[in-house]
Amino acid sequence: MSLDASDIEKIAHLARLEIAPESIERYAADLSNILDLVAQMDAVDTTGVEPMAHPLHMSQRLRPDRVSEHDRRELFQAIAPLTEDGLYLVPKVID
Amino acid sequence: MQWETVIGLEIHTQLATQSKIFSGAATAFGAPPNTQACAIDLGLPGVLPVLNAEAVRLAVRFGKAIGAAVAPRSVFARKNYFYPDLPKGYQISQYELPIVGEGRVEIVLGDGAVKSIGVTRAHLEEDAGKSLHEENLAGGGYTGIDLNRAGTPLLEIVSEPDMRTPQEAVAYARKIHQLVRWIGISDGNMQEGSFRVDANVSVRPLGQTRFGTRTEIKNLNSFRFIERAIQFEVERQIDVIEGGGTIVQETRLYDPERDETRPMRSKEEANDYRYFPDPDLLPVELDVAFIVDAVADLPELPDSMRERFHTQYGLGEYDASLLTTGRELAQYFEAVVQATAEPKLAANWVNGELAAALNRSEIEIAQSPVSAAMLAGLIHRIQDGTVSGKLAKQVFEAMWSGEGDADSVIQARGLRQITDSGELEALIAAIVAANPGQVEQYRAGKDKVFGFFVGQVMKESKGKANPQQVNEILMRVLASD
Amino acid sequence: MQNKSIAQMAAELRLRTYSSVELTRHYLERIARLDPRLNSFISVASESALAAAERADRAIASGDAGPLAGIPIAHKDIFCTAGIKTSCGSRMLDNFVAPYDATVVERLAAAGAVVLGKTNMDEFAMGSSNETSFYGPVHNPWDADRVPGGSSGGSAAAVAARLCAAATGTDTGGSIRQPAALCGITGIKPTYGRCSRWGMIAFASSLDQAGVLARSAADAACLLDEMAGFDPRDSTSADVAVPDYVDALDDDIAGLRIGLPKEYFGEGLDPRVAASVQDAIKEYERLGAKVKEISLPNSPLSVPVYYVVAPAECSSNLARFDGVRYGHRCENPKDLEDLYKRSRAEGFGAEVQRRIMIGTYVLSAGYYDAYYLKAQQIRQLIAADFARAFEEVDVIMGPTAPTTAFPLGAKMDDPVAMYLNDIYTIATNLAGLPGMSIPVEPVEGLPVGLQIIGNAFQEARLLNVAHRFQHVTHWHQGAPSGFE
Repeated sequence: MSLDASDIEKIAHLARLEIAPESIERYAADLSNILDLVAQMDAVDTTGVEPMAHPLHMSQRLRPDRVSEHDRRELFQAIAPLTEDGLYLVPKVID
Repeated sequence: MQWETVIGLEIHTQLATQSKIFSGAATAFGAPPNTQACAIDLGLPGVLPVLNAEAVRLAVRFGKAIGAAVAPRSVFARKNYFYPDLPKGYQISQYELPIVGEGRVEIVLGDGAVKSIGVTRAHLEEDAGKSLHEENLAGGGYTGIDLNRAGTPLLEIVSEPDMRTPQEAVAYARKIHQLVRWIGISDGNMQEGSFRVDANVSVRPLGQTRFGTRTEIKNLNSFRFIERAIQFEVERQIDVIEGGGTIVQETRLYDPERDETRPMRSKEEANDYRYFPDPDLLPVELDVAFIVDAVADLPELPDSMRERFHTQYGLGEYDASLLTTGRELAQYFEAVVQATAEPKLAANWVNGELAAALNRSEIEIAQSPVSAAMLAGLIHRIQDGTVSGKLAKQVFEAMWSGEGDADSVIQARGLRQITDSGELEALIAAIVAANPGQVEQYRAGKDKVFGFFVGQVMKESKGKANPQQVNEILMRVLASD
Repeated sequence: MQNKSIAQMAAELRLRTYSSVELTRHYLERIARLDPRLNSFISVASESALAAAERADRAIASGDAGPLAGIPIAHKDIFCTAGIKTSCGSRMLDNFVAPYDATVVERLAAAGAVVLGKTNMDEFAMGSSNETSFYGPVHNPWDADRVPGGSSGGSAAAVAARLCAAATGTDTGGSIRQPAALCGITGIKPTYGRCSRWGMIAFASSLDQAGVLARSAADAACLLDEMAGFDPRDSTSADVAVPDYVDALDDDIAGLRIGLPKEYFGEGLDPRVAASVQDAIKEYERLGAKVKEISLPNSPLSVPVYYVVAPAECSSNLARFDGVRYGHRCENPKDLEDLYKRSRAEGFGAEVQRRIMIGTYVLSAGYYDAYYLKAQQIRQLIAADFARAFEEVDVIMGPTAPTTAFPLGAKMDDPVAMYLNDIYTIATNLAGLPGMSIPVEPVEGLPVGLQIIGNAFQEARLLNVAHRFQHVTHWHQGAPSGFE
C-alpha cells in the first residue's frame, strides 16, 4: 500500500495536524512502509472469525445514578489556555 | 410535475437522569457555565467513562413503549470529529449495535386517519456542550464554550423515511414527545433543548420508488419550526430541481427569523466519523431481570388508552386523542369519570373549559387550580340540577380563581337554580301581568313572543331559573285565560 | 542502602535503622548526582517527597504505617499526579498539572510510598527506545551510548541505576518488559484490567496496562500487592479477587510446565540472546520444571495487528489534545482550524503524529474493514493460540526482545525496524495476558531479558516463577558500573 502526498494531506486534515510541506514526502514514505508491514494480515483467512475488540470478556458495569461530582471550575480552568466568564475561548466559530 | 416529499426524523431527547451518562456531574439546566462539567465531561487526560444505569433503564422503557426489541447486547462506539463543544474529539454513541431496535408508533392525521410510522432504532449517546457566540468575549473574535451540557444522556430516536408531509412530521414528533413524557424518560422541554429534532428531507417525482437526494436540517426546537423548516426545504428543493439544478446532500440550519434554511458552515466538508467500538467501555449486556424491572411500572400507553376511551367511554376519536396527549391530563380525566360516571360530560369539560383555562394561563394540568375532585364536584351539581350548564361556567371560573369548590361557590354567589315551582309561578305571573301587549300577541298566534317571556324570566331570576320548568309554567300560564 | 530489597528497607525503616527522610534524601542525592548522565527523570519532586517521607516516619512511629511506608519510588510520567507536572513525555503537556491522582498513584500513596519524581518516557508511550521524548532520550545505565528501551525507559533506567527503589510503568506492546530487559531489571505487565487505568493517560485503551519495574520479582510483588484491584472508576477494571503476591513468592515450582513457542526462537533473534535465554530455561529444568515446545502460529502477525489497533485507538484518544481546555495552544490562531492544527502539530512529535495518521487512515471510510476489522479478527486468532497453549502448559517462556540494547539513534529513521523490537511482547497485550521480564546472563556486558507469560490473572504464578529463579541466580543483582 502506498500513500501519496494528497493522501497525507487528507489524513492530516482529518486528524487536524498541520504538516509542513517539506515533511509530506517523508510521512508518505513512513506511512507506506508501516502499511506494507500491516499488509501481512492480508495472507490470513479470517472468514467467520469474530472480531475481538477487547481482551476483557466481561460486560459493562452500570453505575448508580448519583451526583458525585461538584463544581471545580476554578481548579480546572487554572490549567486552561484562555477563559473568560467561566467559558473556554476559541477563535470565533460559525455554524 | 407532481412531487412527493419524503421525511425522516432523528429526535434527540435528553433522558431524565440526575447525573450524566458517563460521569457523576449533575445534569440540571441553567447552572453557571462549566460548573457542572467534571474531569470526565471536560475530557481531561486519563479519565474514563462509567455508564449510568438509569440512562440504560430509561432507554429500555422507550424500547418497550414502541414495541421494539431491546438488545440483549449493545455496544458503545466512538464517533470521531473535531468541534470545540466536543471535548474528547469524539462522541460516545452507539453505532452498529444500538440498545433499541425496530419499533412503530401511530400518528392521528388531521382527518382522523391513523398512520403507522416506523422507528428504525434508538440509541444512547452523550450530548455535546454549547458554543456561545457572544460579541465581547476577550474583546471580540471569540466563541465561548460551556460544557455543562456535555455528557448529558441522550436517546437518539431514528425514524424510517415514512412521513410524506410536514404535518405528518410534526404529528410524529409530537407523538414521540408525548411518549417520552408519558413514560417519564424525559421532561421534553424544548426551550431548554431537552427535545431536538433533525429532519431528513427529500423530494421525488410522484410514483418514483427511488429516494431523491436528501438534506438534513439540524436542531429544530419547536413543532412550528419543524413544519416551517420542512415546508421551506421542500419548496426549495423543488425549485432547484425544476430550475435544472441538483440537490446537494448537506446539512442545513433553519433560520426562524428569515423562515428559510441555509447550509451549515461547520459541516461543509464531508464527514468521516471513523466509528469504532469504544475500548473504554465494554458491551452492555442486559439480563431479563433488568429489563423486567425497567418496564415493571410502565403506565398504560397513550394509544391503548385512546382506544379504551373510545370503546369504554364511547368518546369520539377527536376527544379521545385530545385527552391522551399527556399522561397527567388522561389521569385527570379518568379521575373525574370515576367520581361522576359521566364520561361525555367530563370530556366536554376537560377538553373545553379546562383546556381553555390552562391555555390562557399557560400552565400544565399538574398546576391546575381546579383539581379533578373539584371538577367532579361541579359535574355532580350539574347532574342533580343544582346549577344550570350556563351557570356552571361561572362556577368553574370562580373555582379557577380560587373561590373554593363548587358547593361553596354556588352557596356564596347564590347560583342555586330556582326549582321551587311556587317561587317560579309567582315570578312568571308577575311578568305576564306586566306585559299585556306581548300576551295579546302570543295569543294571536305569534309564537316567537314565547322567547321574549323566557328571556324576561331568566333575566329576572339572574339565570337561576330552571329552563325546563320555566317552559312548562309559561306554556300553562299563557295558554290559560 | 540503594541495593537493599524493598522488604529489607521496610523492615529497617520500622526498626528505625534509618528514617524515610534519610532514605529519601539519599535517593534525591543520587538523582541529583547521577541522573544528568541518564536523563531518566522529567520531574524531581524533592519537597513533596520529603514531606511524604516525614509523614511516613510519623506513621511508622505511631504504628499505623502502610506496607510501603517510607519507600521511595518513582512514577512514569504517564500517571496523573496532583501537584506534580504530568507531561507524558510530550511538549503538548509540558504545562500540564493534573487536578487529580491516578488510582495507581493514589493506592501507592495510601500504602505509604514516597514519590521521588516522574520518569522520562517515549512521548505518549509511543516508542521502544525512549528517544521520542520531548525531554530528550534516556541513556542506558549499562552503556550510555545505548537506549534503555521504551516506552518506560526512564523508569527502567532509574531502577537499574538505583535512583529509586522501584518504579511504575505502563505496557501497551512491551513498554515495561522490553526496557526492563534492556536495563537488566525485573518488570511485570499484569493482566489487562488488573490495575486501574484511571488517571493513566491513554495511548491504546484496549492494550494499556499499568505495572512495575523493580530490581527483583519480590520487590515487584510488594508494589503490585498495593496497585492491583478493582476500581469502580474504570469500566475495564476487573472485579477479580487479588491474591497476596508476596505470600506466593516461595511456592514450589517443581513440575511447572513451561512452553517454549518455536516462533519466539526463529529468525531475527540474536543467537547470543537465544543462548542466554536457553541457559535460563535449563536452570528452570534444574528447579524441577518440565519444558516442551509449543506453537503460537499467529504470533508473527502480532506486530501488523498491533500497528492497526494501537494507532486506531491512539488517533481517537489523542483527539482531546486540541489546545482548548489544557495543554499546548499555538500562538495567535487565525481561526479554529488553525488553532487545532498548529497546536497539535507543535505539541506532538513526529512518531506520535505518524501513529495518529496511521490510526486515522485505518479507521477512515472504505478502509475500516480491510484494516481495523481484519486486525480485530486476527487478534482473536492470536488470543486463541494462547488459550490452546495454556491447556497444556502453565507458563510460556522466551526472549523479551530479539537483541540487547541498541545504540541511540540506530533505529530512529526506520519506524518499522523500531517496531520489530516488540515482536515477542506485543501478542500478550493483544490477548490481555500478563507477562514479565527478568534478567538472565548478559551478552557482552549488556542485559538480556527472559520473558515469562502467564494465563489471565496468573500474576502470582509469574512472580513466584520469577522469584524462584532469582533465588538461585544472581543476574538480577548486578548493578551497572558507576551506579552501584
